[in-house]
Formats: sequence, structure tokens, C-alpha cells
Amino acid sequence: MLVVVVLVVTAMIRESPEALSTFGLGFLVQTSWDPVHKEFGALPFAYGTVITSILALLIATPISVGVAIFVVEMAPPWLGNAISIVTELLAAIPSVLLGLWGIFVLVPFLQRTLEPWFIERFPDLPLFEGPPYGVGILAGGLILAIMVIPTIVAISRDVMLTVPVAQREAMLALGATSWESTTWAVLPYARSGLLGAIVLGLGRALGETMAVTMVIGNRADISGSLFHPAYTMASVIANEFTEATSSLYLSALVEVGLVLFGVTVVMNAIARVLVWSTARASSQVGAL
Amino acid sequence: MRVQHALLTSLVLSGLLAACGGSSAPVTAPSSPAAAPASSAAAAKPAGSTAASSSGGGVKLTGAGSTADFPLFTKIFDAWGKQAGGEVNYQSVGSGAGIEQLTKKTVDFGASDAIMTADQEKAAQAAGGEVVHIPVTIVAASVGYNVPGVDNLVLDGETIAGIYLGTIKAWNDPKIAALNPNAKLPSTPIAVVERSDGSGTSYIFTNYLSSVSPEWKSKVGADTSVKWPVGIGAKGSEGVAGQVKQVPGGIGYFEYAYAKQNAIPTALVKNAAGKAVAPSVTSSTAAAAGAAANMPKDGKALIVNGPGDGTYPITGFSWILTYKDLPDATKGKALVDLFTYTTTKGQSFAEDLVYAPLPQQVQDLDGQLIKSLTIAGKPQ
Repeated sequence: MLVVVVLVVTAMIRESPEALSTFGLGFLVQTSWDPVHKEFGALPFAYGTVITSILALLIATPISVGVAIFVVEMAPPWLGNAISIVTELLAAIPSVLLGLWGIFVLVPFLQRTLEPWFIERFPDLPLFEGPPYGVGILAGGLILAIMVIPTIVAISRDVMLTVPVAQREAMLALGATSWESTTWAVLPYARSGLLGAIVLGLGRALGETMAVTMVIGNRADISGSLFHPAYTMASVIANEFTEATSSLYLSALVEVGLVLFGVTVVMNAIARVLVWSTARASSQVGAL
Repeated sequence: MRVQHALLTSLVLSGLLAACGGSSAPVTAPSSPAAAPASSAAAAKPAGSTAASSSGGGVKLTGAGSTADFPLFTKIFDAWGKQAGGEVNYQSVGSGAGIEQLTKKTVDFGASDAIMTADQEKAAQAAGGEVVHIPVTIVAASVGYNVPGVDNLVLDGETIAGIYLGTIKAWNDPKIAALNPNAKLPSTPIAVVERSDGSGTSYIFTNYLSSVSPEWKSKVGADTSVKWPVGIGAKGSEGVAGQVKQVPGGIGYFEYAYAKQNAIPTALVKNAAGKAVAPSVTSSTAAAAGAAANMPKDGKALIVNGPGDGTYPITGFSWILTYKDLPDATKGKALVDLFTYTTTKGQSFAEDLVYAPLPQQVQDLDGQLIKSLTIAGKPQ
């Protein structure tokens, strides 16, 4: 596996020397993507990728952990199994099909119903600024959330099933309600596993290409509004690779791929540290 | 138990082998050449290849390039194959990828909606010599809009440039109203849609805007992929058409065939002669005919904003690219025959597929270009 990773990185570095030498580290902070005037900067794409992934996690995590808690703690076994099977089916849907569903169902819904509702209620909030295009950061985040939920649900469920019965029983014996025993005994014990699930979900969200390309709006801008179109690193590579006319353009695109790789590594590293520190803390809690 | 296990395994294996052995009939199948990521992932515009079945052991030719030409080429190459006993395999991977494959000599000819840049020509020159651009069809970029209650919207070059530059923001802007005195224009903001992927249609559209608006030329420029000042990007002409259809107040450019097939209202654009012309097969051919008199002899002509009363101004050629010297004698002869057929008899298929046939002057020019090709160093 390590060999494959090293080979991929060296191939990308080999294909992007022109962009690396022309722009240097400025590539990471430049905001202009102009093929005609030969100015390339990766910041808008990095912003788009990170923002949509974080938004996806913010939406998906409460839903997924909630579903996992319901399946493990509250639902009768037949219902729990049925829900797990359906969730895994959701993971099996090809991303392109989800993208098509996004274009034909989600985007019109956002454009005609949800976004105007927000704009009406909160006209001055910069988070909801701009005309209701339908496509944009919100649409991208929602689609990614749908793709990430099955991953987090499956792993959270497995993690929560491994919590020893003794933990729950001890909590109940102390007089806690069943909800309290879930939140005070099971979740803290499973904390590092849950974080691991979220990290895996994040990994999927960072790299997702097709579904996001179809609903993100494909505009290399940095904006604080959820309704504004954006552009992710994977999308720009998918969109512009075949028609990249000059060698500088091509090497700039490959360098964007390198930046994507870097962002993924950094975010995974941060998440790993988080998991490790929570695992250490919860191991100090220990079993009674 | 063991016997049953072995029987089941052998059944499954033989089933798999039979499936792999399968059919070998030449069928249209998605192929992924050099541009693997984009072509295999593009659901909206699937990469395809054509293979006309041949009766005898005919010559097998390969080509790659423009996705815009693909439907037309499918028909023409199939017809040529039937009467010439050859086979053409064309991969619709995009103009840029087509040029690259021609330079790498993995295909016999390329097709592009954009004229090769100096860098690309230099690379091709080093690989196989001079490249000849042969115009084979005319592509029109229609401007579709979604403003309920407004029919036959009239726009001119400067207004379109203003819309795409972001200086004209709403439909009831005085500049649009001046061109449409009888229309009830709403105050809806204009939702601009453009191509996010590199495309020949963008090339024609941005060249048109550069020729009518000095501000556009200096600020943005013309290429298959530019930095659009405003608007959202959609993938493929069908993506732009879909967005325009869905978003009220939307405006976007896409090939005329999409407008016709999806019944999207298109704007009449004022041409260089001052007449507002709707995009159609006739007005595209008129554009080429109008520009034919001043066309450079090498076929590399930009015909946007051309002369003529019936001309639709946002049009451009699509070219077949080939090396001037065709090294293989058999293939070279077949290629010359294919190019001649495509630019003469093949044009009869164009109108049914909503492509504009080449006017006679351009067909004559093509004839001269094809005659200039040499086979294995010797003139034909």
C-alpha cells in the first residue's frame, strides 16, 4: 500500500514541475484560476473541498450517530437489522446516480423551496446571502452528507455493539434512565471508535468527485454564503483535464491533485490525533 | 459435501469463462483512451466510439477528438465504411485529448472545435510534420434563456458581453429593453450559466465576445476554458441547457442541436450587418458562406461575427486534423478517400442531425487542402 502511495505522489510531482517552479508556494494562496492569462491558484478549490466536507460532516454526524444509537439501543432486533440493510444499500448507490438525483430533485427543491425560505427569514445574515441558484455549497454539502451517512452509521453501530454490557448495567444500577445510560456510559466508552468512523466519513467526503461536480456550481470563488456556488479540487480536475490546452495548464491541474492529496493527509492526521487523544482519555476511564 | 462444493465451484467458473468468451461483434462500446478519468466518469457526455462493420478485410482507421462532432461522424463514417469496405473507430474524448493523441500518433486523425495553438502545433510538427486543418462542419452556439412571457428575445454582442461580464444584472436592464421595445421584461436577476469543462462551444462563444467587446477581450479573452467573471458552471452542453431550463431568469450558451431538442427558447442575435438572426442550420451555413471569400487558404478561420444578412454570428468551424504527409500507403489512400467523402457526400447527412452543411466554397477549399496531402512522401 505504501509503495502505491509513494508511486502516486512521485508521479504527480513529476507531472507538475512547470507549475511548481512558476508559482512556487504562492499556488496555495492564489485565488485566480485563469487559463487564458496563465494564472493558476489552488485556494478556491481547497476552500470548496474543505467547506463542503466539513458541512457534510456537520449534517451527517448527528444523523448517523442518532441512527446508530436507535439501531443499537432502542429498536427491536428486526427493525435494527432492516435499518442497517437499508443504510448499507444507500452506500451502494453509485455516486453518479446520486449526482443525477441531485440535479433533478435536490437542486430544484433547494432553489424553489428551501433557499428562498432561508433568504426570507434571515435577509441580513451573510451565511444566506445571494440569489437562490440551487446549486452551491449547500447542495454539495447535502449530497456529500448522504454519501457519508452509511459509512458512519455502519462503523458507529459496530463500535457501540462492542461496548460491554457491564457498562450499561452498572449505569442502570446506579439509577440512570436508559437514555442517560446511553449518553453517559455507552457513548463515552465508544468515543474513539465514533471519531474513527467520522474520520473515515471525512476521507470519503474529501475525495468525492462526480456527485459533487454536478451540484456544486463550478465557480472558483471564495464566499461565506451557503448558497454561493463553489468548486472542489476533484471537480476542477475532472472538468478541465481533457481540454487543458497548454502544458502549464496541465501541470497546474496535476498540482491541484497534489494539493488535494496534501489536504487529505493533513485532515486525516488531525483526525488521527483527535482519535488517539480521546482513546487515551477513555482508556483512563476504564472498565469497572 | 466436498463433491457438491467442487461441482458448484466448477459451475461458477465455467459460467464466468463463458461470459468472458462472449461476443466479438463490433458494437458501439465506451472506450477510455488517454483521457481516462474524465471520459470514464462523464455520465452526462459518455465517451463513445464508432466501428462501422466491414464486409471484407478493409482498412481500419482510428480517429479521436471533438465530442460535438461525434453524432455526425458516427453517421458519416458508418456510411463511408459501407461503401468503401473500411472501418473507422472514432473516440469522442474532447478536442484537447484528440490533438494530444494525434501528436502521440496513437490515432490516424484528430478532430477539434478549436484551432491548434502555437505550442500544440510545435509539438505536432516535431512528432510527424505539418498538420492540416480541414473544416468538416459548422457548429452554432445558441443563446438560450428562461424568461417566461418573453418570446423572440433580441440581443446583440455588446449586451451579451455585458451580461457575461456582470455589468448587466437584471432582465429589465435598459440595454435589453432598448433591443426589445415590445417585450414585458421582468425584474428577475439574470442567472448566468456557462461551461465548466473545456469546450469548443466555449471557444466559439468567447471568440465572438472578444470580437464584439474590447472589454471582454482584455479582461477575459478567448479559449476553450476561461475565467468567467460571473455565473455558475455546468458540465457539458446538456448541463448548461438543463440549468437554464430549471433556473428562472437563466441564460446560457449551448450547441443549437440541444436548444432544438429540448425546446429551449433561443435569442435572436444581431449580426455584423445589423440584422437579428435566429440560430439555425441555414444561418450557420450562411455564416460560413459569408466568410468563405476571405478565408485563409489553410482553413484555419474564425467565422464569428461574419458578414452577410442571414448570418448567425456565433458560429465556428469544426476541423479534422491530419498530418500533411501520411506515412502508410494503404491507410493514406483510405484517409484521403474518407476526408473527401466526409466533406462532400457526407454533408448530406448533416441537416437531419441538426448540423450545418458546408457551403460550396468551403467544400472547394477542402478539396484543395485534401489534394495537398502527400502519401508516403509522394503527392497523390
